[in-house]
Amino acid sequence: MEQVPKIPKEKFKLLNKQDNEASESLGTPSLTYLQDVRRRLFSNKVATACLIILGLIVLISIFAPAVAPHNPNAQKVEYSNLPPKLGNLNIPGFNGMQDMGGKEVDAYKQVGAPKGTYYILGTDYLGRDLLSRIIYGTRLSLIVAVLATLVDLLIGIPYGIVSGWKGGRVDTFLQRIVEIVSSIPNLIVVILMMIILKPGLTSIIIAIALTGWVTMARLIRAQTFQLKEQEYVLAARTLGESSTKIASKHLIPNLSSTIIIQTMFTIPNAIFFEAFLSFIGIGIPAPNASLGTLLSDGQKAFRFLPYQMWAPAIILSLIMIATNLLGDGLRDAFDPQSSD
Amino acid sequence: MAEDRNPIVQVKHLKQYFNIGKANEVKAVDDVSFNIYEGETFGLVGESGSGKSTTGRSIIRLYKPTSGQILFRGEDISKLKNRSPKMKKFRSEMQMIFQDPYASLNPRMKVKDIIAEGLDIHGLAKNDDERTQRVEELLDMVHLNPEHMTRYPYEFSGGQRQRIGIARALAVDPQFIIADEPISALDVSIQAQVVNLLQDIQRDRGLTYMFIAHDLSMVKYISDRIAVMYAGKIVELADADEIYNNPLHPYTQSLLSAIPVPDPEIEKTRERIDFDHSRHFNDQQRFQEVQPGHFLYCDDQTAAKFK
Repeated sequence: MEQVPKIPKEKFKLLNKQDNEASESLGTPSLTYLQDVRRRLFSNKVATACLIILGLIVLISIFAPAVAPHNPNAQKVEYSNLPPKLGNLNIPGFNGMQDMGGKEVDAYKQVGAPKGTYYILGTDYLGRDLLSRIIYGTRLSLIVAVLATLVDLLIGIPYGIVSGWKGGRVDTFLQRIVEIVSSIPNLIVVILMMIILKPGLTSIIIAIALTGWVTMARLIRAQTFQLKEQEYVLAARTLGESSTKIASKHLIPNLSSTIIIQTMFTIPNAIFFEAFLSFIGIGIPAPNASLGTLLSDGQKAFRFLPYQMWAPAIILSLIMIATNLLGDGLRDAFDPQSSD
Repeated sequence: MAEDRNPIVQVKHLKQYFNIGKANEVKAVDDVSFNIYEGETFGLVGESGSGKSTTGRSIIRLYKPTSGQILFRGEDISKLKNRSPKMKKFRSEMQMIFQDPYASLNPRMKVKDIIAEGLDIHGLAKNDDERTQRVEELLDMVHLNPEHMTRYPYEFSGGQRQRIGIARALAVDPQFIIADEPISALDVSIQAQVVNLLQDIQRDRGLTYMFIAHDLSMVKYISDRIAVMYAGKIVELADADEIYNNPLHPYTQSLLSAIPVPDPEIEKTRERIDFDHSRHFNDQQRFQEVQPGHFLYCDDQTAAKFK
């Protein structure tokens, strides 16, 4: 065999320490985790736009009494089914003109409304201002959505984490409860609720609180099972970290994408659930409006007075799309590894 | 020779079973006894599933042992309650370095907070400045730049991550460190770097290591004494050189015969010794000292032969 030639020692030289350090330095500005999250969220234009849209919708519904131009429940039967009119601006679709027997007629003149009477989004079959009803309706739907989310976050997450973290008998017991709860249809819970309570916001909220957290709890439990075997969780345990601290420092941050995505499903689900209940007549009682009742009313006259359904449908879609896109943005923002 | 030294960890008849009483009961660690002496590096080798990681995790009380005793500095820690003050003290005296540098650091935490986790738990830093200063020292100790503390783990290479893991373990000033295959996930050039770092730190701070691995050449390089594990039992335990030069158990012989040599001439003729479980492993065997400092899992006849 051939011998490898020896390399003389003088040919080796020690790299200086600065070079070494320079090669190991990674240059990015230093921020805290939450600052990072904010920076990443605002660098996402779509998510920022959705945040602004949702913020506006929320603000308007919070200040509904100040913003709404009319009383949403005040009837004026002589002004029923007026089309949208926006001042004297002659914008097609917002000029108070209506197609009647093939002829464009000024509906406002026909009912003898005095000059200066405008309904921006028109009126419904009882002459109630549609814009005001949409503002109040959105407010109600958002209340339902926020409460459903709170139930998800405050019951679903802790329940799932405890079940997954403890495992064994505790987990078996908690999962049996989940199975029982999830095997009862929501609708039956609401109908049973109406025996004790009057139909309305309270019974809808209680129905959601009783059953809404189940999906979240299941997802979180499955993820917790995975995470608790991760070595960084084991490392925290060998350091003596308490279970509650492990949950808040290690589990929840790493569960955040699951939590956000599930919440993004919960919000539209809750709004739809309320809309569905109102639609079949056991939800929000008349004369109060929600997006669901508005859609249900609008749908009855859609062929002749389409504007009565368009407006609430657009608002509902806007809320759904904005929450979904914002959710995507939030998920990326919470992940340090996502490209900025 | 090892006996006159001071044992820091004594494991006595440790058993760690899972799913007890069910059909899928696993005897991961089955009646294992050994001592680890102050200042030494104790190597634990064995194939996948032989129970070496489980042994390490039982000693550091990630699992509650099924039976047996684990004495740390003479005190039985196998029955400590999870939230007792003694347990908290124990948690700062024994630490662990993990196998997978990609799973052992929380991806959502900054390096500073990862390393300072132990400082926070044990209240070792009085204020924020002291905390930062300690993290800087620790990063320096593992040859990382202090500027790195505001980065996230994903920005680092495998070797750098492993060094962050070492810094986290060192933060609480432990005396005994269990290294659970700390280099098996790293590429060869980085393995040496991490092992040398571990040895430097051991020298500087007088640490005792338990080094779990399946890479025999690396274990020989780092360990003073080596235990070979197979099917939940320690089959042979002796000084590193003794294990290599005079392996007594057929399983150890088989393991050693499988080490490749970087020489084509030797490789051509190298014979591998097969290990036959049913022939060499039965219930009559027990773990006993057959030569001074050389322990073997065997029956009494075989033991008499070596004495």
